[in-house]
Amino acid sequence: MLYAILCYHDEAVVGGWSKDEDDNVMAKLAVVHGKLAQQGRLGPVARLLPTTAATTLRKDDPPVVLDGPFAETKEQLLGFYVVEAENLDGALDIAQELGRANPGGAYEIRPIGVFHGTFAP
Amino acid sequence: MTDVAWIDAALTSARPQALGALLRYFRDLDTAEEAFQNACIRALKTWPQNGPPRDAAAWLIMVGRNTAIDDLRRGKRQQPLPDDDHAISDLDDAESELADRLDGSHYRDDILRLLFICCHPQLPATQQIALALRIVSGLTVKQIARAFLVSEAAMEQRITRAKSAIAKNKVPFEAPGAPERSERLAAVAAMLYLVFNEGYSAGGDSADLRAPLCEEAIRLARLLLKLFPAEPEIMGLAALMLLQYARSSARFDANGDVILLEDQDRAQWNSKMIAEGLALIDKAMRHRRTGAYQIQAAIAALHARAAKPEDTDWAQIELLYGSLEILQPSPVITLNRSVAVSKVRGPQAALDMIAPLATKLASYFHFFGVQGAYLMQLGRSDEARESFNRAIALANTTAEADHIRKHIDRLMEESRAKVART
Repeated sequence: MLYAILCYHDEAVVGGWSKDEDDNVMAKLAVVHGKLAQQGRLGPVARLLPTTAATTLRKDDPPVVLDGPFAETKEQLLGFYVVEAENLDGALDIAQELGRANPGGAYEIRPIGVFHGTFAP
Repeated sequence: MTDVAWIDAALTSARPQALGALLRYFRDLDTAEEAFQNACIRALKTWPQNGPPRDAAAWLIMVGRNTAIDDLRRGKRQQPLPDDDHAISDLDDAESELADRLDGSHYRDDILRLLFICCHPQLPATQQIALALRIVSGLTVKQIARAFLVSEAAMEQRITRAKSAIAKNKVPFEAPGAPERSERLAAVAAMLYLVFNEGYSAGGDSADLRAPLCEEAIRLARLLLKLFPAEPEIMGLAALMLLQYARSSARFDANGDVILLEDQDRAQWNSKMIAEGLALIDKAMRHRRTGAYQIQAAIAALHARAAKPEDTDWAQIELLYGSLEILQPSPVITLNRSVAVSKVRGPQAALDMIAPLATKLASYFHFFGVQGAYLMQLGRSDEARESFNRAIALANTTAEADHIRKHIDRLMEESRAKVART
């Protein structure tokens, strides 16, 4: 079975870490990542940019693009994609296409700051 | 992170919202600040035992309000807090109710008001900055004095004066309409950029001391962005600050001397901040509502995107400066545009472009520095030297003078190399 581990924390607190504090946490995580990777048990790892960099596509009819993160509470996180695009417009095009295939709900588009993993052809 | 460090971070991040709400409630800055202070003391005492509350800001507002009301009732505001915690014994039930009442639009205006009272137009820029750091960010007078390189007593006096100036001024407490809100937002954005520049324009010798100003400005810009997620100019402002600050560790050499943009070790630029800045400007552009911060951020983004100086898209930078000139006509912007012009169309075109600015910028040291650089590139060394000397005479700081001297050294070297080749 594959598992997704989703990371939650207080953004204001994590965003307030000094560079040293941040580097320190990342270094400790890298040790764990390294161990898992060696065992062949680590898939893609992503650190998302802050929610202020997010854009949300509500898959209504017609779809609506909103600035900011997904803020509703009645829907639950059911899956995610990592896609490559030239810019936000490109990423929104992909999201729109996915949305046409599966309307309803929303996609939150978050740029990825740090990514470890590969894209299979 | 230790408990105390966590609590400290949580109190700092809750401060604008909690203090803003207390200000709305008491309509008096001193009372609101004291109430917040008391709530923080209570938090430091009870959070380590009971664990942090679900909503730190709501907790602080509630406790701050209750203790201040108690104190006002007793009429003895200096009395130490009572030991029994009856005031917050049923807080957990009340907390969720209060959190519900604090709907988004309400606290949005609270925070905006708190920032806005610091940008009173009669306050000089330095006082606005000091006040914002004291009131909104909660930095101590000592910390602010350190960042401004003045004595604690002088800073205390500056803040007291600024506070009494705004106390005379009636702060509007009713919820603002859309036009007032956007006016306030623009004033606050300008003030945040002042805070940032106060930190960023420091010389190499004091850059470390002043870095917290840049970090605080970025933190508050992120906060504004959360409150007003669809404002492209706020995205632009945050992006601009992030993209500039990303270069901070590459800007000075070991002696504290300025390293020119094209000589900086780009590997030292903070890639995380650049990624965030680029994402924000990307987002802002989608709105097709241009503004000065967005354009400046777009220029900074083009520098950030260039892996090597020669990869810089100067043609695009020239176009962006052109748009900025239309939006905010200013000889300084024309001067900046000329730098891009010199890269794209050569020094003669740039020199022709700045010729009409000579009277307007007669006391601006950058003008003569830039003019000298173009003359030097054209091989007119004597005229160039004259311009450089005027620039050095007009420099405000030794860092600025050094900066020009560095230009001279480089150009001397380049022209010597050219002579050697021919």
